Formats: sequence, structure tokens, C-alpha cells
Amino acid sequence: MGEFDFSVWGPSLPFIRDGLLFTLRLTLVAMSGGIVIGTLLALARLSPIVPLARLAGAYVDLMRSIPLVLVILWFFLVIPYITGSPVGAETSAIITFTAFEAAFYCEIMRSGIQSVPRGQLNAAHALGLGRAQSMIHVILPQALRNMLPVLLTQTIVLFQDTSLVYAIGAKDMLKAADVVGKNYNRPVEMIVLSALIYFAICFSLSLAVKQLQKRVAIIR
Amino acid sequence: MIEIRNVSKWYGHTQVLANASTHVAKGEVVVVCGPSGSGKSTLIKCVNGLEAFTQGTITVDGISVGDPKTDLPKLRARVGMVFQHFELFPHMNVLQNLALAQVKVLGRSQEEAATRGEALLDRVGLRAHAAKFPGQLSGGQQQRVAIARALAMDPICMLFDEPTSALDPEMIGEVLDVMVELAQEGMTMMCVTHEMGFARRVARRVVFMDHGEIVEDAPTGAFFDAPASARAKAFLSRILHH
Ligand SMILES: Nc1ncnc2c1ncn2[C@@H]1O[C@H](COP(=O)(O)OP(=O)(O)OP(=O)(O)O)[C@@H](O)[C@H]1O
Ligand SMILES: [Mg+2]
Repeated sequence: MGEFDFSVWGPSLPFIRDGLLFTLRLTLVAMSGGIVIGTLLALARLSPIVPLARLAGAYVDLMRSIPLVLVILWFFLVIPYITGSPVGAETSAIITFTAFEAAFYCEIMRSGIQSVPRGQLNAAHALGLGRAQSMIHVILPQALRNMLPVLLTQTIVLFQDTSLVYAIGAKDMLKAADVVGKNYNRPVEMIVLSALIYFAICFSLSLAVKQLQKRVAIIR
Repeated sequence: MIEIRNVSKWYGHTQVLANASTHVAKGEVVVVCGPSGSGKSTLIKCVNGLEAFTQGTITVDGISVGDPKTDLPKLRARVGMVFQHFELFPHMNVLQNLALAQVKVLGRSQEEAATRGEALLDRVGLRAHAAKFPGQLSGGQQQRVAIARALAMDPICMLFDEPTSALDPEMIGEVLDVMVELAQEGMTMMCVTHEMGFARRVARRVVFMDHGEIVEDAPTGAFFDAPASARAKAFLSRILHH
């Protein structure tokens, strides 16, 4: 192997940038989609309609008991059957992560909803707000604020997990590093670079979470 | 205005309301008291349908609360309720708390709702606090905001469930003053409270509950001077000379 040669970092940057953009896009889409679908799943799980609650519960349990990399592979193989035409690795990754993360966001939102005292719902109902209105204007805003740190921490985990799309060849940052590493025969240097980038982003995100937490905390 | 007839309620095998009957006429104040666990909160929550009951009927302004065909949100919008723990929405400021249901339920514009809200804040002496969050207010102030929030819906009657029992003693007065004023203006009120001074001043009748039963339902003077049952006597001597 010989000495390390970090001069490969320079020419790799355009590729790394493109990969990173996909990684970020995947994270953002899976986060927003996951939180929206996860919240709907949480409402279904808490619904008095038993079959609906069971169905949502089964989905969440299933997703949470299969390793993510298997879900990624499985969706990649199955989605073409459902849609009737092959989808690219990138599209498949976005669908998979949204569906998978929704299960985790669901559990976070469920405990968030349950963390809002029962009296709040009574107060909303007593004012004449209906079930949906009470949820939207009274319960969910409080649940979201209470759970914001946990939701963002989950998002940091999600950001790291996107590297698993490597398994289906989607062109994320890790894949870009890998390709450049192979082309220049400098795999170790490229892995170090991507590790540094993952670290820098995750570290700044967790600092940001702390700041945000102070800003949005409900005054009690 | 409020008619409660032979209402019973069970939680599984435990009976929490036993054939309770009483009424509150328009413009009347009725105080409900009784030992802890006697079913006072349960009864008052049945009035606006926050709790379901097993047997009997309750009507508010002629509308049957227990009827599955009744539009409960619509009825509740006309019945104000004030809770022991205030239950202001902590993520909204005071004015937003007052405006929310006016806008979402009554369909008022934001400006109308704010104008009405500010007028009511004025009335409970909290105009200067409109932009604060509930957590920045004292308990007494929060409860006055909660009363203003209920009044913003222009209710036909008001329900109070121990509005002062979570307050520090020095704050009870400011809340009771608002309630007395409301009573004197002719608001129909059903109040669960152990503030006997308040009862004496404004209540037409006192309802005494024990073990889910309405043991006594008497004009205020008669209730205090000559309670008919031993249970009410014991209760009164306990809370008047604690
Ligand atoms: N969800 C429930 N399940 C079972 N029992 C309940 C439930 N809620 C209330 N109870 C019981 O119903 C009875 C009446 O309760 P309620 O809260 O109406 O009493 P209360 O007179 O308001 O008492 P307090 O003065 O303590 O507020 C109590 O014995 C209580 O334990
Ligand atoms: Mg009670």
C-alpha cells in the first residue's frame, strides 16, 4: 500500500458533492415524508377503530424487526413488480427510507401524543373543537414540540443509515467515495474523507438540535 | 337550562353516579359539593358530554346530551367549562388561547376574535398579558384567562370544576371575584367548589353529593343553616372548621 496520499481528495470533490447532495435529499425526503406518514400511523395506532390500530401496529412492528439493509434490498426487488416498471436505485432508496423511517417516527409521535395531558383534550373538546381540530391545533403541536429533540436525533441516525443504499448501488456519498477510491487506487483515503464528512455533519446537527431545543421549548 | 334526570354511571362494576337528578334554571347559580371521589367531576363532565353516562337523561337548553344524534361539538361550543388545572394551551399565547375556538368553531375572523378576546382580557384584568404564554402567568392569572377563554364563545351557561382548588390561597380571591361578577350579571352557572363563602354569596341552591348520589339539593340558606342529612352535616363541619 505504501504511504497515504491525500492529494486524491481534491479531484474527488465534485463526485463527493454530487453524492452528498443525494444523501441529503434522501435524508430530507425520508424525514419529512417519514414524519407525516409516521404521524398518521401514530394516529391510526391510537385510534379506537381496532382493525386500523392493529394494521398500523403490525406495519410498525414488521418494519422495526427487519434489518434496514434487508428492507432496502427487498424494496429494490419488489417495487418493480408493484409499479410494473423498473425504478432506479435512487428512487427505490427514497421510497424505502420513507416507508422504513415512518415506523420509527410513528413510535416517537405516539409517545409525543401520549405525553400531552388528558386535560388538554378535554379543554379542546369543551370549547367545541372536533376530534380532528383538537388533534391538529392542540395535541399535535404540543406532541411535536415535546418530541423535537428525539425526532431530530432519529434524523441524525437516518442520515448515517442512508449509507446503506450502497447495497443497491445508489449513488450516495459513500458510493462516490468508493468509486473515486477505486479509480485512483486510494480507497482508504476516500473512506477517511467520507467518515470526516459524516462526522462533521452529524456533529453540527446535534449542536443544532441543542440550540433548537432551547428555542422551541414550551414555556411552562 | 340544565336538566339532569336519574343519571347513573358505572366504571365496570363500580357505580360512580347513582340516579342523580338536579337542574339549573336560566340565570341561576348552583354549587355542587361533596367529599373527594363522590362523583362531582364526573357529573359536571356529563353535562357537556365529556363523560358518557350509562342511564338517565341530561338536557342543556332542551338538547339531549346523551342522544347519539346530538352534535356534541356544537353543543359544547355553547357551554363554557373551566377546569381545576386551567388547561390553557401552553404552546399558544394568551390571546391565541382566546381566539382559537372563536375562529375554528364559531367561524369568526382573526380580527373579530382578537377584539372579543381583548375585551374579555380587559374584563378579567389581564389586558396587559395578552402576548404572554400561560407558563409565564401565575395560577390565578391562568385561571382568569381560562374563564375569559370560555366566555369568548358567548356561552349560554358555564360549568366550573373546582376552579380554585389548585390555587395558592392568596390567588383564590381574584378568581372568585370574577366568578361572583359573572353570577351577578345573570350567567347560568354550575360550580363544583368547596368555597362556601362563594356559595353563600351567589348560589341559589347547593347540591351535596356522596358516593355518586345526590344526597341533598337545597336552597343555599337552608343547606348551611339546617342540613337535612347527617352526611352533609359531617361534611360541612369538616370543611367549615378545618
Ligand atoms: N376512568 C375511571 N375509571 C374508574 N373509576 C373512575 C375513573 N374516573 C373516576 N373514577 C372514580 O369515579 C369516582 C368519582 O370520581 P370524580 O372524579 O367524579 O370525583 P370527585 O367528586 O370529582 O372527586 P374530587 O373531589 O377528588 O375531584 C371516584 O371514586 C373515582 O375513583
Ligand atoms: Mg373532581
